[in-house]
Amino acid sequence: MILARVVGTVVATRKDPRLEGKKLLVLKPVSPDGKEEPGYVVAVDTVGAGFRETVIAVSGSSARMAEGCRDRPVDTAIVGIVDTVSLDRKE
Amino acid sequence: MYLGRVVGCVWATVKNACLTGHRLLIVQPVTPELQDKGRCIVCTDWTGAGAGELVYWTRAREASFAFLPEEVVTDATIVGIVDTIHVDRTAGRRESGQGGAAC
Repeated sequence: MILARVVGTVVATRKDPRLEGKKLLVLKPVSPDGKEEPGYVVAVDTVGAGFRETVIAVSGSSARMAEGCRDRPVDTAIVGIVDTVSLDRKE
Repeated sequence: MYLGRVVGCVWATVKNACLTGHRLLIVQPVTPELQDKGRCIVCTDWTGAGAGELVYWTRAREASFAFLPEEVVTDATIVGIVDTIHVDRTAGRRESGQGGAAC
């Protein structure tokens, strides 16, 4: 799983019927200390995440196990909204 | 499976129902020489690992198998705590050296 920040939404009218009603969000991966990392990913939201929130995203076939994503063509799902991240490492 | 070091934890109140009750730890992947390698990832924990501990973790769909029969939505799980690592870096070189001599 990765930490990521919600940076946008995706609107798609024509899509697989099994994705109807699913919210698609654009995520920017972030490091545990909040710095943005390269790349973007589009994920299905299962928890009601909002803009600029830090979330936990599951990728690969595991994403299909999330409640609300069973048997749907999904390879990245948002499965949690991060409250806090605590780091033990001394930077 | 990969080596990693636990460097922190994540608190999340709002979670998918399939993730309820599981600890989420931040793991920094490391090489066998214990050098940091790559991005930190968030792992579910099967072992009860603590801060700073050297662990090994598995990724992809197999990560959720650790919790069977419960279906946990995870793509990275800590499945073991490392006691010791022994790496013999000279072994490969010795073999290739002998091969070279034979030719």
